[in-house]
This record gives sequence, C-alpha cells and structure tokens, in this order.
Amino acid sequence: MIVDGNQILMALSGGVLIGLAVTLMLALNGRVTGISGITYRSFADFSRDGLWRLSFLVGLLFGGALLVELSPSVIFNSLEYPTWRTALAGLFVGFGTLLGGGCTSGHGVCGMSRLSIRSIVATLTFISAGALTVFFIGA
Amino acid sequence: MLAVVSFLCGLLFAFGLGLSGMTRPENVIAFLDITGDWNPALAFVMVGAIGVHGLAYPFVTRRDRPVLEAQFFVPQKKRVDWRLVAGAVLFGVGWALGGYCPGPALTSLASFHRESLIFVGCMLLGMSLFHFSFSKK
Repeated sequence: MIVDGNQILMALSGGVLIGLAVTLMLALNGRVTGISGITYRSFADFSRDGLWRLSFLVGLLFGGALLVELSPSVIFNSLEYPTWRTALAGLFVGFGTLLGGGCTSGHGVCGMSRLSIRSIVATLTFISAGALTVFFIGA
Repeated sequence: MLAVVSFLCGLLFAFGLGLSGMTRPENVIAFLDITGDWNPALAFVMVGAIGVHGLAYPFVTRRDRPVLEAQFFVPQKKRVDWRLVAGAVLFGVGWALGGYCPGPALTSLASFHRESLIFVGCMLLGMSLFHFSFSKK
C-alpha cells in the first residue's frame, strides 16, 4: 500500500474545487453536473435550452488547455497500454455511463451527495467492477 | 448568463481534476489495484467533493429555485434496475481498462496525448451505439 501525504492533500483540495463547481452549477443553474450526460446530450438533443451543456464542455476543455500550458505534467498518461485496451475502455465507458445513467461526477459526486440510492448502488458497483478488472487483467 | 456560469464551472471542474491527480490515469489504476500496490489517494477526491457538495446540498435546495432558473433539475428516479447495475459494471470495467472516466478524459484532450484522443473518440462511439440501440424516450 502506498500512502503519500502530499498526494492525499492534493486529491482532497482538487475534490473541494470539484465540490464547489458542482455546487455553483446547482445553486445558480439548478443543474446536476453529470459529465457523461452533459456530453451525450450536447450532441443528442441540442437545443437553445441545452446551450449550458456545450458551454460547460468548452470550459472543461479550455481548463484542460490552461493546465497543459501552466503545468504540463499534471495531464499525463504514463500507462503504455495497447491501443485495443484504450479503445475498448472508451467504448465501455461511453456505452456504460449512458446505460447506467451517470459516471463519477453525476453518480459519484452529485448523487452520493444527495444520498440517492441509485447513485450509491451505481458508485459501489463501478468501483467494485473496476477493482475486479484490475485484479484479473493486471494494472 | 446560464452559459457563462456553466463555462466557469467547467473551468473550475477541470482545475479540480488536474489538482487532484485524476488526469493521470496511473493514479486511477493504483486506486483500483486494491490487492496490489494500492494507492488510496483518489478516494480523497470524493471525500473533498462530497464533503463540500453534501454539506451545501440541503442549503441550496432549501430555496424554491436556483438563482438563474425557474426550478431545480434534479433526477427523481428511485428505482434500482438492471440498466443501472449493468451500466455501472460496464463503466467500471472500462474505467479500469483505460484509467479514464469521462471528465478527466475530456480535460486531457488538450494534451493531444494519443491515449486520450483514442479514448474520447471511442467513448463518443460508445455513446452513439447507445443512442442507436438503447435510447428510447
């Protein structure tokens, strides 16, 4: 087991920023910040009412670009997985998050925070499925 | 105004993901590798986020409406069905295969790393597959 106090502090601070972002979205816009749903519906049912979704995505992408500019090591992938593994991962995540009605943000943060039974079940399920997958196929 | 707030929240969310270590997939794999070299650090992202939002939620929703909209749009579904569980299983397997969930993957696009481009491309493909097979309403 690895315990890195500095990393834990960074994780906690980043989590606080995420908590602030989803709280502002709810308090001002009345919306749940579920990134899989926001992404899907930005394309699937775009209307003027849906503009907030697209602009959230633009903010997320722009934030990523700023991070790359300011501190490139923050966004980095050191895993050298074969292409098929990354591709299959994307397919499963895209299909699975829509079938299950949410991902780490919608279920894991927003749903868990309001003690939604569906979100608690989903979050425990995807973390367990992820842990079992790493156990069986390796890190 | 709604769109401006969304943009700023997206920006803040991206910074949160970057600061927390979520945009480095090896951290995600280490978090899921419970029986191996387990690194529980990413659990604290949830602790921080739920700590803030869980505390704020009752206060925010005590008001009749959000500041910029006529009502809150919060999911009301209560039933746990096979779709929820099967979807979460698929998502969890994919999360462990690639080390990305949707937010960090999108945030990583600007790096133009091969993995994040492939992942997001295939994620959108998976969403299209869902759209043309399962989506009904």
